[in-house]
Amino acid sequence: MANPLRGEVIKLYKNLLYLGREYPKGSAYFRDRLKSAFMKNKDVTDPEQIKKLVARGDFVIKELEALYFLRKYRAMKKRYYEPEK
Amino acid sequence: MSGRVLVGVKRVIDYAVKIRVKPDNSGVVTDGVKHSMNPFCEIAVEEAVKLKEKKLIKEVVAVSCGPQQSQETIRTALAMGADRGIHVEVAGKDYETLGPLQVSKIMAALAKKEEAQLVILGKQAIDDDCNQTGQMTAALLDWPQGTFASEVSLDGDKVKVVREIDGGLETIKISTPAVLTADLRLNTPRYATLPNIMKAKKKKIANVKPADLGVDLTSRLEVLRVDEPPQRQAGVKVETVEDLVGKLKETGRI
Repeated sequence: MANPLRGEVIKLYKNLLYLGREYPKGSAYFRDRLKSAFMKNKDVTDPEQIKKLVARGDFVIKELEALYFLRKYRAMKKRYYEPEK
Repeated sequence: MSGRVLVGVKRVIDYAVKIRVKPDNSGVVTDGVKHSMNPFCEIAVEEAVKLKEKKLIKEVVAVSCGPQQSQETIRTALAMGADRGIHVEVAGKDYETLGPLQVSKIMAALAKKEEAQLVILGKQAIDDDCNQTGQMTAALLDWPQGTFASEVSLDGDKVKVVREIDGGLETIKISTPAVLTADLRLNTPRYATLPNIMKAKKKKIANVKPADLGVDLTSRLEVLRVDEPPQRQAGVKVETVEDLVGKLKETGRI
């Protein structure tokens, strides 16, 4: 792996792993898929390519945050508010 | 005005967990169960942090009452942007009987001690659904209250609050210091990501005992029994309209 970007990739992996703890299908399910997704690209050396993949990872982080928020919002709305007529 | 906002955060069983009642019906199983910050408290923290980002207030202090684990909830608030935390240590029997009355006494004492301009709480906790702490805190402090807030705007020493009420929306203007309780649509709480949690480790959490604040934790309530809600009956499928009418007559519905 290109040296300066190694830290970024590891940071991304840790952040995703942390987010995966709340994954609806379970953190083990998430961790397996996260690991294989990263392992699939372990031989990439081109810095441009790596930056693109890291950006994709950041996008996944945003998607997960949105997923978690919507899930919680919908649960709270269903439990505490009258259904709209 | 001090520009300091106190935010109360409660550690509750995570909203997605299936709750189980203890076999002796004395309460709910909490050991080994996933806990997190009450969703309405998250909204309260987010609102306080937003006010600070808009430079309308200077400091956000997160407060939680409970055992050691409550510190994790304070850490989450710090990761969301609170400046420092106060952990009011309540454990054992006292924690089992800790309710809105006791917490509001603690919040009132802290609000006076910290010279808070605003106290923001979630409208209710998803475990006890009391919806009382904010109101009681305001009453003990003799401060105005803006409850079920779905929109908050500061204007000098006044606060405009749009409240979600049964008939629709009500807009009120109250003077500070005041107590606000957050409703679902107030804002979208940010997620406490790992880098933010790491950064928040540097922030301080002060340890306080209720006795230091001169608060008496005796409860006037006693939980007699906790039961599960009645199981939802499975539906029955019928073949014809006559069957349906027959079944309805059977169960005494018509």
